[in-house]
Amino acid sequence: MSALLVSDHSEAPPVNNAVYDVARLRRAFPILGREVHGHPLTYLDNAATTQKPKAVLEAIEHHYIHECANVHRGAYWLSEKASEQYEQARKDVARFIHAAHAKEIIFVRGATEAINLVAAGFGRSLLKPGDEIIVSEMEHHSNIVPWQMCAEQSGAGIKVLPFDDRGVLQVAELERLLSARTKLLAVTHVSNALGTVNPLKEIITQAHAHGVPVLVDGAQAIPHLPVDVVTLDADYYVFSGHKVYGPTGIGVLYGKREALERLPPYQGGGDMIRTVSFEKTTYAPLPARFEAGTPDIAGAIGLGAALRFVESVGVEAISRHEAMLMAEAKQVLSDIPGLRLIGTAPHRAGVISFTLDKVHPHDMATILDRQGIAVRAGHHCAQPVMKHFGVPATARASFAMYNTLAEVQALGAALRHVREVLRP
Amino acid sequence: MTDIADLYQELILDHNARPRNNGTLTPCSHQAEGYNPLCGDTLTLYLQVEGDIIRDVKFVGSGCAISTASTSLMTTALKGKTLAQAESLYRAFHELVTSESPRADEALLGKLMAFAGVREFPSRVKCATLAWHTLEAALHARKEPVSTE
Ligand SMILES: Cc1ncc(COP(=O)(O)O)c(C=O)c1O
Repeated sequence: MSALLVSDHSEAPPVNNAVYDVARLRRAFPILGREVHGHPLTYLDNAATTQKPKAVLEAIEHHYIHECANVHRGAYWLSEKASEQYEQARKDVARFIHAAHAKEIIFVRGATEAINLVAAGFGRSLLKPGDEIIVSEMEHHSNIVPWQMCAEQSGAGIKVLPFDDRGVLQVAELERLLSARTKLLAVTHVSNALGTVNPLKEIITQAHAHGVPVLVDGAQAIPHLPVDVVTLDADYYVFSGHKVYGPTGIGVLYGKREALERLPPYQGGGDMIRTVSFEKTTYAPLPARFEAGTPDIAGAIGLGAALRFVESVGVEAISRHEAMLMAEAKQVLSDIPGLRLIGTAPHRAGVISFTLDKVHPHDMATILDRQGIAVRAGHHCAQPVMKHFGVPATARASFAMYNTLAEVQALGAALRHVREVLRP
Repeated sequence: MTDIADLYQELILDHNARPRNNGTLTPCSHQAEGYNPLCGDTLTLYLQVEGDIIRDVKFVGSGCAISTASTSLMTTALKGKTLAQAESLYRAFHELVTSESPRADEALLGKLMAFAGVREFPSRVKCATLAWHTLEAALHARKEPVSTE
């Protein structure tokens, strides 16, 4: 295949504890060498999806070229090999989020499917009319709509945990919202629209004091922060592979064993059963029970490779690097006339959202794009957040391990140029 | 390569900064709402049609420069036109911004030719057409707000 996929050890990622060598790290991501509209690509839409390192592309290619077979089905070498790699990926995920057991890791399509899986289970067999689910005001639509659907189906109601004008969750409100009727709390670890890092430990402790399980949407936390699901004591933790340098089409539902076993199966089909007869079907134990049909085998293998890549760079090192980019971005953006930061929580990660006086975010994004700078403009699938701030949309820059201070400065310069083009 | 100035032409910048026919029109004979869920742009369009002639057009809403200028220029183009002329304009404009090789009727489109560059910016086509879809909805009295999706 492409020459880009050839391994080159001189381009290996920097190792733990070494100086954070971002130039070298960038070479591990083939796409970062390309140009857009005649400018070097400045990719600042990492919250939408991250770029993929060669290690991931190679792992996927290796599977298809050398070890392609279905998993858990064939008593032959190739299938055993594929199964082994698939299960290795599950172990990689378990290690990455510090889960107690690999069987608590369910492979799904992404964060969205993971939430739908849990919501469908609650809707079908755990909720009754009058029960309540608490959802925070800063959720992505994928952590709102499945709960609305499950509430509609079961007759349960939804309560909203609000945030303040900085974008900080009003955790004190939880005491008022939690009751004997509450059956689940769904909250994001990091907001994709505001960048807020939520005080999960505090939230989960409070919920548990009322016997309420917590589902955490980790889609925007996994690429930026060390995550330890056991220390957090999260009942469910979900994320998408493609936002943490892995391929699209693969994601993770982590659940504590009891939390998963409470749920009825999600989809029926092959691989999720123990025995099938027309009289009675019994279901397979975890994790197979929730993985009906042929899974995204190559995707899981790619995700495993992505997580190992992140570990080789070091999650803490990435966190520190991105914190520096965020600090610089805050500085650079604050100096731009008419710019308003949306989301000013003291603890933020990865994401910075803003508006520019009299300039629509879409125009901003188009003008930046012509300079090779990719940022997101829109409501970021978080319309309640937009409503809170009274804006139809924001522009959002979001960072990854490979972004540089020079890119942040280029963003600042390009934003000044926006006014020159539009003369609003 | 297309330049950013091909999109943001002088006329478009002018109509964005100073939109014409901005405001409500009540009572009016036709009215419709448009919405672009992708960017949250909203638009309410008011028309006063007498007989076959569009006598007055006004709008309120919030949107990007392309959508605001498109609405503003559309309202100026529509005043005094017959309903049949409005339909032809709608079709000509649609072709101008969406077709690969538009046979632009420059005489018919007039100032609306300023949007010729939009074609090169696929993600912005819906911004330019929102006003026109809303016009269609108003003239054909559709009750549901139109959406670009
Ligand atoms: C916070 C958050 N949750 C959930 C999702 C949904 O992820 P996916 O579309 O990969 O399922 C996203 C993606 O934008 C997100 O940012």
